Amino acid sequence: MIVTPNRKLFAVIAAVILLLGLVPVFADTYFLKLFTRILILAIFAMSLDLLIGYTGLVSFGHAAFFGLAAYMLHLVSPEYDAANALWALPVCVLAAGVAAAAIGSLSVRTKGIYFIMVTLAFAQMMFYLFHDSKFAGGSDGAFIYVKPVVALFGVTLLDMGDRVVFYYLSLGFLAVTYLLLLMVLRSPFGQVIQGIKVNEQRMLALGYNTYIYKLVSFVIAGMFAGLAGFLFAAIDGFVAPQLLSWSESGVAMMIVILGGMGTLFGPILGAVGYVGLEEVLKSHGLVGFVADYWQIPMGLFVIAVVLFLPSGLGGAVARLVAPARVVKSEDEDD
Amino acid sequence: MLDPVFILIQLLNGVQYGLLLFLIASGLTLIFGIMGVINLAHGSFYMIGAYLALSLTQFTGSLFLAVILGIPIAIVLGLIVEHVLIAHLYDRDHLYQVLLTFGLILIFNELQSVIWGDDPHGVPIPEILQGSLPLTDVLSYPYYRIFVSLACLALAVGMYFVIQRTRLGMMIRAGASNREMVETLGINIRLLYAVVFSIGITLAAVAGMLAAPIESVYPGIGEQVLIICFVVVVIGGIGSIKGAFLGALAIGIADVFGQAFLPDFASVAVYALMAVILIWRPSGLFGRS
Repeated sequence: MIVTPNRKLFAVIAAVILLLGLVPVFADTYFLKLFTRILILAIFAMSLDLLIGYTGLVSFGHAAFFGLAAYMLHLVSPEYDAANALWALPVCVLAAGVAAAAIGSLSVRTKGIYFIMVTLAFAQMMFYLFHDSKFAGGSDGAFIYVKPVVALFGVTLLDMGDRVVFYYLSLGFLAVTYLLLLMVLRSPFGQVIQGIKVNEQRMLALGYNTYIYKLVSFVIAGMFAGLAGFLFAAIDGFVAPQLLSWSESGVAMMIVILGGMGTLFGPILGAVGYVGLEEVLKSHGLVGFVADYWQIPMGLFVIAVVLFLPSGLGGAVARLVAPARVVKSEDEDD
Repeated sequence: MLDPVFILIQLLNGVQYGLLLFLIASGLTLIFGIMGVINLAHGSFYMIGAYLALSLTQFTGSLFLAVILGIPIAIVLGLIVEHVLIAHLYDRDHLYQVLLTFGLILIFNELQSVIWGDDPHGVPIPEILQGSLPLTDVLSYPYYRIFVSLACLALAVGMYFVIQRTRLGMMIRAGASNREMVETLGINIRLLYAVVFSIGITLAAVAGMLAAPIESVYPGIGEQVLIICFVVVVIGGIGSIKGAFLGALAIGIADVFGQAFLPDFASVAVYALMAVILIWRPSGLFGRS
């Protein structure tokens, strides 16, 4: 686990974020949208890293909160007018947090394989809730016709319909998410959840009510997933049940592992790597007929990462620029 | 209003669906319980079974021949997948097991689409099992569903016999409770794992073959069934065959009655049942905490 990046590592992270800041200068609309998606998925995966990499909770239902917040934006948006993000965003994030508290209060009681399956099952329940009912468009999904704006006293400050503005807003949220999660991890609370990952029995013996700590961590992660979901819904102004699906949770997990779990900044690299690769594999211009069968090379890639790169890109970067003691061994679990 | 025969039919459907789920979930729970591996691709083997039934029935003209030919294919496929991929996952974090088998799903799904296309297909019911058992003047129950229930039941009894009464079953039970001890006693645990994995996925494939004439064969059938089977395993308790049996029946009946009476919330009802059981027993009905 990496909690406080040293100066060199911090410089690398800052450089990555700065580089991402230059994207709108060079990119056309298509690439700008692609990179916006990457940034938002990075926020989503970063929130999952708090659970997988630092609390030791392998949640396989994280898309539930991502998708729920996306749907909330649809629900709170007036049909022909823009929602004001100043209140819409807190509402969406709060909804994700409430759902995370409800689902977490049950699932955090379980451990190991159970936790994985229970979180998956609850996420699936949410998926069917949106998929099978007529409510919010059912399986067809629903539109957000006018994208949200940031407005104060009737003056529009930021319009999320503007691609460049929205890109920088997403980048800003990514940086803020990183810094806030870093603060969480450095706080006494963060020390406790990391203790739980290493040895929950010991934390119990020390007198910590680990249930509450795990639950709070689950809720925090759910709320940041909600932030990502809110932003994701604003990319295309379209939400569909697929946002809550288990493959979405799987993708988030893959981004965390590819980026390097327990590094917090890793998901940024993971998102660039995963979404970038998917884009390449789906492009007829680059890979020819393989694009028709892109899931096969993607699946092989996922398997290869598990077998050959278990500490991910972030782990590799950290090892390059940071002293070895920062990166602890993988198997801290008892 | 509520016709008792209608209720009976729903109950029979629920039991039949539950028994089918049991075949899949028992393999899943064996693989968890004995090998400590979470196999997301389990549903893919159900799908492969269904598509094998489709192709082999077209090829041989008989579902029975298709099943007989399909079983060895599934066994060999299981041994290959275990040897090439799953063997690298023992003793690794569940997270990596989830991811690797997630990658496998992507590959299997795409292969399915390449080989069989994306259109749904029907598999004909064998001729001797066509028709229905009349229950009243208007209601009847299809023979094929009765056959599926009986076949699943026979497999369940067979499995019980193998696990409780044979040497292989003894090794499986021993492997589930203490791996090191089993190895010390000179049993080749790797071979045992390969056999268990192969049996587990073959059960799933057989379930897919039997289900093919009831549900049409379409892309994505594996995933739906996988997650329902997770619920079954969670309810029953990981590693418990008995739990999987009861869990599967409970879910099968809950789902069928949900579809009949609350169609909008049927899929949710199943998960709600799981939530209630988890509040009551966090490690399932027969799970070891």
